[in-house]
Amino acid sequence: MSTKQITGAEIFIECLKQEKVETIFAYPGGVVLKIFDVLFGQKDVRYILPRHEQGAVHMADGFARSTGRVGVALVTSGPGATNTVTAIATAYMDSIPLVIFTGQVPTALIGNDAFQEADIVGITRPCTKYNYLVKDVNELAQTIKEAFYIAASGRPGPVLIDLPRDVVTSKAEFHYPEKVKIRSYNPTVLGNKRQIKQAAEAIAAAKKPVCYIGGGVILSGAAEEIREFAEITKIPVTHTLMGIGGFPGTHPLSLGMLGMHGTYYANMSIHNSDLIVAIGARFDDRVTGKVEGFAPGAKIIHIDVDPTSIRKNVRVDIPVVGDVKHVMVELNKELRTIKEPWDAIRKSWLKQIDEWRTEHPLTYEHDEEVIKPQFVVEKLYEVTGGDAIIVTDVGQHQMWAAQFYKYDKPRTWLSSGGLGTMGYGFPAAIGAKVAHPEKNVFSISGDGSVQMNIQELATAVENNIPVKVAILNNRYLGMVRQWQELFYQERYSSVDLGSTPDFVKLAEAYGAVGLRATKPAEVVPVLKEALKSKKTVFMDFVVARYEKVYPMVPAGASINEMIFGEETKKIEKKLRAVK
Amino acid sequence: MKHIISVLVENKFGVLSRVSGLFSGRGFNIETISIGPTLDPSISQMTIVTTGDERILEQIIKQLNKLIDVIKVTDLADKEYVEREMCLIKINTPPEHRAEALRIADIFRARVVDSSQKSYTFQVTGDEKKIEACIELLKPMGIKEIVRTGKVAITRE
Repeated sequence: MSTKQITGAEIFIECLKQEKVETIFAYPGGVVLKIFDVLFGQKDVRYILPRHEQGAVHMADGFARSTGRVGVALVTSGPGATNTVTAIATAYMDSIPLVIFTGQVPTALIGNDAFQEADIVGITRPCTKYNYLVKDVNELAQTIKEAFYIAASGRPGPVLIDLPRDVVTSKAEFHYPEKVKIRSYNPTVLGNKRQIKQAAEAIAAAKKPVCYIGGGVILSGAAEEIREFAEITKIPVTHTLMGIGGFPGTHPLSLGMLGMHGTYYANMSIHNSDLIVAIGARFDDRVTGKVEGFAPGAKIIHIDVDPTSIRKNVRVDIPVVGDVKHVMVELNKELRTIKEPWDAIRKSWLKQIDEWRTEHPLTYEHDEEVIKPQFVVEKLYEVTGGDAIIVTDVGQHQMWAAQFYKYDKPRTWLSSGGLGTMGYGFPAAIGAKVAHPEKNVFSISGDGSVQMNIQELATAVENNIPVKVAILNNRYLGMVRQWQELFYQERYSSVDLGSTPDFVKLAEAYGAVGLRATKPAEVVPVLKEALKSKKTVFMDFVVARYEKVYPMVPAGASINEMIFGEETKKIEKKLRAVK
Repeated sequence: MKHIISVLVENKFGVLSRVSGLFSGRGFNIETISIGPTLDPSISQMTIVTTGDERILEQIIKQLNKLIDVIKVTDLADKEYVEREMCLIKINTPPEHRAEALRIADIFRARVVDSSQKSYTFQVTGDEKKIEACIELLKPMGIKEIVRTGKVAITRE
């Protein structure tokens, strides 16, 4: 061990190297000047300058979601720190592992209302998994080690470290601890054997089971185990918005998404099931609809690493606390010992589900003159062959991107599910592209959402990060408009974005490529050109203004009480005529 | 239902705020909370009295366990325990009431911890019922101020 004294700033960089962090997203300012000075003199850690601190943390988030590693951001004190709050809350709601470093005024000035001072530890306490104010440079390395460990283990989440200026500038010996032991933090990894056995028995006994997977499957890297599970037991699988990619969307047992804008057949399967196997999901209100009406005849098995998720919203018959991957390996072992003629048992249930599938497929009315937003998503799937990372913002386009693109692999769908943060998509796509320069990264966005972090165009162009942004432009805040149309007597208050900027010119002004499609025939050529381009591209798809997301469970209704668009009504009529 | 929850936590700054934030952020109520050191100076002991149905209680206990700084959570409702609270009561005592006040204090084994020509301050210790009863009896004398510690509780062997 060296006994050389180095500064807090140097310790910071050494710790990042120990954690094998290659890229951070960092915006400078007064109290973190020392850190940026040390960054300037080294080559091991790449530091990317965003144009807003919110962008920095969303980029780290996109990096983390697409790789499974911890994303890192660094910002200054005061406004730099408070600007990160929305992005931290976004990561917190979706359990994304991040470590965010914020500068702080010198310890002697804390609490004095010093220039650019904010109590960021107090502000972020409810939206971080844990946070630290480092008061002594001698504790810095230990703190950083703990932060990375806490962020990535158990149910992951963002951890914030507040670094006062004097801690960063003063010196200490550097020792990076090899292991962390926190006596009050020991997440349960292995599931209880007896509970797993009970779960297996319940699955074998069920006549109408459904597997419902959430983001936990992605976070724990259990997609392979889920596929095995489904194929052994012939159980149909539905996923939440966060669970997209946890089970192949093209698999015959896939029911697609459930919940408010889920498929008819997923929601009907859940509603009529006698057993729900919930895995790494939390029965969010967008999934359950009216809780009292949720799956009235079903037993519930709930597998989750976080005990607080279990019995939070719905009753649970067989809880299994543990890391999804570990539990699924055990459960699959258990299930293989049960010699049931699975195909025969499931036959009538899967047939029933197929009937629901034909009754109300996921569909929309195509138009020869006007571009339908769903059409753009479908064509994007065709053009990329499904081999791309898709990042979305929040609103109608997000739901269409979830419905009309098929995701076969985990970590190819990045979206703000829990918090629903408009402005997430573009910076997160930049983060994902930094992590995967070899992959095509598309951000599907709306004309509303994209304007919430549009300044990051400069970041993408400056650093040559060729993200492709498909804007489904209806000059409306479409989802809000949809609710006003359906539930507020078409009183369109504050949703018309009539004077949206010319996105093509805007992209060009930043040095990016701008493309536009106004007719359906132009969609594929535009997508292909964007795919080919080595530059950052904004695609402005001028889409049908009044298109709505269907099917839909109105707020407060049960998930079997869905409303449909015109096209499904037509199919319904046709089916009735055939019958 | 009323529950007493005993919580061992790391003795660090910000821990109380994390615990109270857990309650306030979910709209759960804290009736009383008392905190003190344990034999191990790195660990503090919290006694929290809260109310809620079974589901809320389960959430409170799980959420407390989830906090990184919480070492151990015990719901005393499942156990035999002794609870105590201390209350300081300052009452008006014009000369004609002084003897009566002392008699009431004596019934509750309350001690006089301060006296002046116009007032007595009693210290009374016991469970919630005893303290409530003592306050009730002293009310007609004219209570100037009361200060209560909140409950502390310990399991029986």
